Order: sequence, then structure tokens, then C-alpha cells
Amino acid sequence: MEISKDLIAASSTPLVLAILAEGDSYGYAILKRVRELSGGALEWTDGMLYPVLHRLERLGLIEARWEVAESGRRRKYYRITPRGTAQLHEERRQWQAVDATLRKLWSVSFSPPPPLLRPDPPAPAGLCPQGA
Amino acid sequence: MPLAPDSSWLEEQIARWRTYLLHRRTIDSTDAAELEDHLREQVSALLEAGLAPDEAFLVAVKRMGDLDAVAREFAREHSDRLWKQLVFVPSAAPEGGSRAGKEAVAALALAVAAAMAVKLPALFGLGLDSHSGFYLRNASLFVLPFLAGYFAWKRSLPPRTLQTLGALFVAAAVLANLYPFQGPQSHTEILVAIHLPIALWLVVGVAYAGPRWRDPAGRMDFIRFSGEIFIYYVLIALGGGVLTGFSVMIFESIGLKIEPFVEEWLIPCGAAGAVLVAAWLVEAKQSVIENMAPVLTRLFTPLFAAVLLVFLGTLAWTGRGLEIQRDVLIGFDLLLVVVLGLLLYSASARDPKAPPGWFDTLQVVLVLSALAVDAVALWAIVGRISEFGFTPNRVAALGENLILLGNLSWSAVLYLRFLVGRGPFWALEAWQTRYLPVYGAWAVFVVGVFPPLFGYR
Repeated sequence: MEISKDLIAASSTPLVLAILAEGDSYGYAILKRVRELSGGALEWTDGMLYPVLHRLERLGLIEARWEVAESGRRRKYYRITPRGTAQLHEERRQWQAVDATLRKLWSVSFSPPPPLLRPDPPAPAGLCPQGA
Repeated sequence: MPLAPDSSWLEEQIARWRTYLLHRRTIDSTDAAELEDHLREQVSALLEAGLAPDEAFLVAVKRMGDLDAVAREFAREHSDRLWKQLVFVPSAAPEGGSRAGKEAVAALALAVAAAMAVKLPALFGLGLDSHSGFYLRNASLFVLPFLAGYFAWKRSLPPRTLQTLGALFVAAAVLANLYPFQGPQSHTEILVAIHLPIALWLVVGVAYAGPRWRDPAGRMDFIRFSGEIFIYYVLIALGGGVLTGFSVMIFESIGLKIEPFVEEWLIPCGAAGAVLVAAWLVEAKQSVIENMAPVLTRLFTPLFAAVLLVFLGTLAWTGRGLEIQRDVLIGFDLLLVVVLGLLLYSASARDPKAPPGWFDTLQVVLVLSALAVDAVALWAIVGRISEFGFTPNRVAALGENLILLGNLSWSAVLYLRFLVGRGPFWALEAWQTRYLPVYGAWAVFVVGVFPPLFGYR
């Protein structure tokens, strides 16, 4: 299943924020986590993640620092800010509203509803589709 | 059998890739370092999965995505870099040379058109001396439609936007020439002459930013453009003045007086055409002269802050009241404009992600002291305005003062929040860009409502 470009762009903010809410991370690890969680359904172009991270940094939702990783290379780590946490809650509310609306519609028109979106209660996992 | 690629081969490939990346001018070296770290991580993961180094490298590069597209995304996010190192060539037009040539021709043609527009009314018997009021009111209409046209052409604006722009200029022309102003010394006529360019400049801004007009970054670019074109225009004017002076002198040495030609043709036409040339220079040569406005603000922010602080100190120390002259308010308006300019242009060049530094503290000191000085002046003037009477000039000056005061007060709040770490810097930029229409609305109000309100005096 391919997820449309628009949907990927729209979901990038809550996904990145939710992953950073689990703990500080860096670009490669964030992408890996998205791939794992979505079972490969969410295919981001690797390079496109960085402009997103820089935008969130400019908006003050995350902050960055350079550290020397165990490999000896310098690596840019990102951390979520209190502002980012607030934004994440807000995004979560909105996505849940969308999800709930679609779910109601689809449970009427198709029965049984296709198990496409099945959010889990904890914050990060609830924001991304759990593909098969 | 070919030699198996080893780690030095890989290093070489990665170095090449990095060089290639750095050729994109919107990706700076820290971004490149971040992306390189990503690439290396990806390569080593693929090596571990059993791929050969050359395969691993190819797959990792492919996953990174089309570098042109990535660079464009970076450009969108870092429009400030774009501004510094112009890559505004549309992505589908690689033949940059001919495009730049076409642009120069278009700008020069429009400059000539603007220069001719200035002389056009003279054909219908409207002389510069006999109808100075007409020229005063319409000065911006001779030039700004051409400037808007230049950007409309350059940005290939959609027909709907073109219609709106055209309608706005026509409405402005009608408004400026319909009112029956009383006498050659009409105050409201002069107010119209001052405020119409302000309103029309924002119309130019809509053409400049195009679809990005609703976007704070687009408006910020227009603010940057405004500062740069002002500087270029002043430079061109200085050069033009020198040229004129020498022309007059050398022709005088052979007994020819060319002053009439200079006054009737050279200065009015040159002043009109220079706007287009300056705009073209700002658009084309941004990377040659690094932004001038931020450099000047760096220089003058401390000086203005010092002067204002010393003034406030003197005021408190001597206990002098302000000598309120009749039109002193205009002076204080200009002071606020200068302070706002210092704030705007240092903000526009600032890295929004940088933490607060000493210069930010200085900015806040400058804004706060300007607010204090203006509050003292305003207090003194409001106390006596009934005594002076509500002339159109004074009401306009008072309105502008309040608008600027409103902007700077909230800017100070936002800046202070940023200094104590309770707000992001972009909030200040967003506030400034959102405020732009307020100036336009006030200018339109003065142009449209003041003349009838004050009986065209």
C-alpha cells in the first residue's frame, strides 16, 4: 500500500514529534522508527526528513544539538521542547477527530470495516497507522 | 577480475557526494554534515546486511532522494539563505544565461516606459511647474504600475491576480484625481501625495510575493526587498547627482546652459526609471553585495539606542518639559519609523534558531527607549491638541504614531518573551509581517477619507 504524498506531508509533524516524545533521536533513527512502526507503508524519502526537522526547530517545537556519536562522527540530535509537547497533544486531538469521523462513516458503509487504522492508546503509536 | 571496492573507495565516493551536495547553495555545511551522517549510517547498515560497498553506496544515495528536490525543500525552509545566495531560477529552466539577459531587457524597457510616463502629461499641457499638484499626487502612479508589471511578468502571475492589481492601480488613479482639492497649498492634497505611495507599495508587494503573499516568509522577503531597493535607489540617486553636476559643469565651460534640460527631462525621467533599475539590481545582484540593510542596522542600532538613552536620562535629570512645537509629532513618527526599520532589518537577517545574544538585548533596549521617548512626546501633545486644533496633518501624524506605537509595543513584548526563553523568535517576524496590511489600510483611509472629511483644504 502506498500512502499519498499529501498524507505523508501532513502526518510528518505528529510522527516526528511523537517519536521525539519517546526520547531524543536523530534523523536516521527517526526514519528507521517510522519504517518499523508503519511496516513499510510510510515510505519517506530520506533527504526530505531534514527540511521537516529544520522547520520544527525554527518553530521552536524541537531543539537540536551536535554530539559525538559512538562511531566518532558528529551527529545532530533533536529533542522535543515543552512547546512541541503541547503541539503534539493538539495534533493528536485533531488526528483522533479525523480518525473517529472516518471510522464512523466506514463502519456504516462497509461491514465489516477494513482494519486500516487501529490506533493504540499510548501517545506515539496512536498517531501512525499500524500496517500489516 | 575487477578489484573489490574497499573503504577508501567508499570514502572517496562519499567525499564526492558531499561536494556535489554543497554545490546546492541552499544547503550549508552543517546541513551537509547532517545528511552525510545519515548517508554513512545507511551505508553501514546495508554493509552489515551483506551488500558490497558499491551496492550499499548506490542504494543509500538512492534512498536519500533526488538531490534537486531535497535542495528545493531546503530552499523553502531556509528562504533567508535563498535571499543571500539567489537560486530563484525556476527549476525547469536550466538555461539561466538567456533568462538573466531577458530580465535585463525587460527591466530596462519598463524603466524607459516609466520615464516616458512621467513626460506623457506634458503632451496634454500639464507642465511640471504649472501643475505641480498633479505631479505630486500622481508621482507613484507613474512608476509603481511598471514595477508591479515587472514582477507580474517575472513571477508569471495568474490572470486573476493581474486583474486585481490593475483594478487597484486604476482605483488609486481615480481617487487621486477625482477630489477637488482647494488651492495649491491644500494640506489634504499633500497627505494624499504622501500616503498613496505607501498604499501602492503594498500592491507592489502583492505582485512581488505573488502566491507567497499570504505566507510570512513571502512577506518577509518583500520587506527585505524594500530595504534593499531603498539602499540601491539612494546609491543610484547619489551617482545620478554626481553625473548631473559634472554634465552641467562641462557644458557650461563651452557656454551651453543645460539646466532646463536637466530639470525638465533628466531628473524626473531618471528618478522614475531608476526605481525599475534598482528593483532589477536587487533581484539580480543580491549575491554580489551581501544584504546591506542588516549591515547598516548592526551599525546604527547601538548608536540610536545610546542617543535615546542619553536623551531620556537628560530628560529625567534636568526635569525639562518637551518644547511642543506644532508639528513636532511628525518628527517623532519618523523616529519610530527608523527604530522599526532597525528592528525589522536586523530581524530579517537574523538566524531564527540562534539563541538570544547581546545584540537582541540591545534591540530591546532600543525599542523600549524609543517607546518611552514617544510616550513622553505623545503625552505632551495629546494634552495640547485641543489647543492646536485638529488639522488634517496633525490627525494623520497622530494616527501614524498610534499605529507605530502599537506595532513596537507588541514587538517589545514578543522580543522580551524571546529573551527570557518563553517564546520563539519567529513570533516577532510573524507579527511584523501580519502588521503590514495595517499600514496599507491606514494609508488608504488617509487617501480616501481625509480629503472629504477636511473639506479638501
